[in-house]
Amino acid sequence: MPFKFTEEFRARAEKICARYPRRDAALIPLLLEMQKEKGYIAEEGLDALALFLQIPYSRVKGVATFYTMFNHEPVGKYHLQVCRNISCHMAGSESLLGRLRGRLGIAEGETTRDGLFTLSAVECLGACGAAPVMQVNEKYFENLDEAKLDALLEELKHGRLPH
Amino acid sequence: MENILLKDNVAEIEAYFAAGGYKPLKKALGLKPAEVIDEVKKSNLRGRGGAGFPCGLKWSFIPRDLEGPRYLVCNADEGEPGTFKDRELMLRNPHALLEGMAIAGYAIGAGHGYIYIRGEFAAETGVLDKAIAAARAKGFIGKNILGSGFNFEIFTHRGAGAYICGEETALLESLEGFTGQPRLKPPFPAIKGLFGSPTVINNVETLAAVPSIIEKGGDWYAAIGSGKSAGTKLFCVSGPVSRPGVYELPLGAPLRDLLEKNCGGMKPGRKLKAVIPGGSSTPVLTAEEAKAVKLDYESLAAAGSMLGSGAVIVIDESQCMVKLLQVLARFYHHESCGQCTPCREGCGWIEKLLNRFEEGRASRGDIDTLYSVADGMLGRTICPLADAMAMPVMSFVKKFRGEFEAHADGKICKGVRS
Repeated sequence: MPFKFTEEFRARAEKICARYPRRDAALIPLLLEMQKEKGYIAEEGLDALALFLQIPYSRVKGVATFYTMFNHEPVGKYHLQVCRNISCHMAGSESLLGRLRGRLGIAEGETTRDGLFTLSAVECLGACGAAPVMQVNEKYFENLDEAKLDALLEELKHGRLPH
Repeated sequence: MENILLKDNVAEIEAYFAAGGYKPLKKALGLKPAEVIDEVKKSNLRGRGGAGFPCGLKWSFIPRDLEGPRYLVCNADEGEPGTFKDRELMLRNPHALLEGMAIAGYAIGAGHGYIYIRGEFAAETGVLDKAIAAARAKGFIGKNILGSGFNFEIFTHRGAGAYICGEETALLESLEGFTGQPRLKPPFPAIKGLFGSPTVINNVETLAAVPSIIEKGGDWYAAIGSGKSAGTKLFCVSGPVSRPGVYELPLGAPLRDLLEKNCGGMKPGRKLKAVIPGGSSTPVLTAEEAKAVKLDYESLAAAGSMLGSGAVIVIDESQCMVKLLQVLARFYHHESCGQCTPCREGCGWIEKLLNRFEEGRASRGDIDTLYSVADGMLGRTICPLADAMAMPVMSFVKKFRGEFEAHADGKICKGVRS
């Protein structure tokens, strides 16, 4: 089935384009909007976006693959992103990652079979004073330790993303 | 002294206004743009993103006589490992940033300001969008601001996970909807920046200092701090201290005071080994050097390092310097945009060499190879990302050579290797 933007999405996209003197400047914000819908950006979506912005598909593909926040395959309901840069490393992020691998039975870059969790190791999230830090979808969880991590996983397993 | 930037209970516009907020904007709009620039020049405010370029001078580079649009861009792509000050500032005092942007926009004749914020800061973007809407509703942003005839719009623009976009010309590429690959300079952004028009790019913290400078005067601000390093600076401290976090101090404060008085010293049982004073790119200081240095542009340069973004990364004796450098090398290799060969290949070689040390496959000769690869990258690329990799490598090797030798000799590493 060919990919089509909904009218609602088009209206929202036009508003975003209007912030810039050139509408193609909205490329990255629109990719983020697309990702918001399904958690990833399907290949057909890239083509549709190229047509919408009237730019070459190659540019959309290039941008979508240059920036690391864009997922090109479905991710779990909860995308666990553990920072492993210097401050988080010193605060024990490696052992948190190890614990998550063990508890979830997946490695970095993988998704659990039930589609609930995707695990990623990421670089500095900019919250180093509260290391170690993990981002779940768009939310930060800070000053983590094993007990907090276990409690958080329990909530997430029951479909609750704590505020 | 009283904080200029980090204030409590001013996140909402009513509270910010009640505390005197947006009065400086009104004052600025009553001055000529050149007078606003002169006041900022007088203040000696320097860029707080890392490079330390004089802010007023940067604004004065915007050509006065050119037709066409000019742009103001706020660099909120906070990504230098160890840095988390702009996040705190945007959450606690978003209107200081917006007011600073409106004043800067007026000074350079811009009609639009974009806040380029890192993609992961979704909540922070929400706070800014709310603040922008509130400021627009009160007439501080938008058309004919406070009846002055000056029009200025502000938009947030999220990035999508690329450290390189903190470099100002990569940021411009990204803001235009391209991959974040830095531009060759000249032309400089002040002549040909965003959408080919004259553009000023300032860090969040730089812009947030502007309202106070306009309110109290450039001389007042210049008198804070020490010598050429004027004003206050946000220092974000991470690592095994008792109270990590963001602290605002006058420039020139001793690093020792920051660590002991503000941060409550090292955590119990931890002993200071080294400090990276200005974000992961800046050369590391030994404990002895750290205890003697002052936190300003000149003192840190004299100590062989840099003030950078003010990200103070504290390292204790339990850490292995080789392992920490490997963590940084993985990061820079991952974030190199791939445009320049010395960076693209050099960061990769450095990571591979460090993997060798960590896996017990390195020889003593590899220490010199590591150093010479870094030396070969320094100053040979379009942007400073290669330098940002080379500087920690060279300083780690110079100051902690013994740990690299121990790894090469197959001795058990004393540090944590988690």
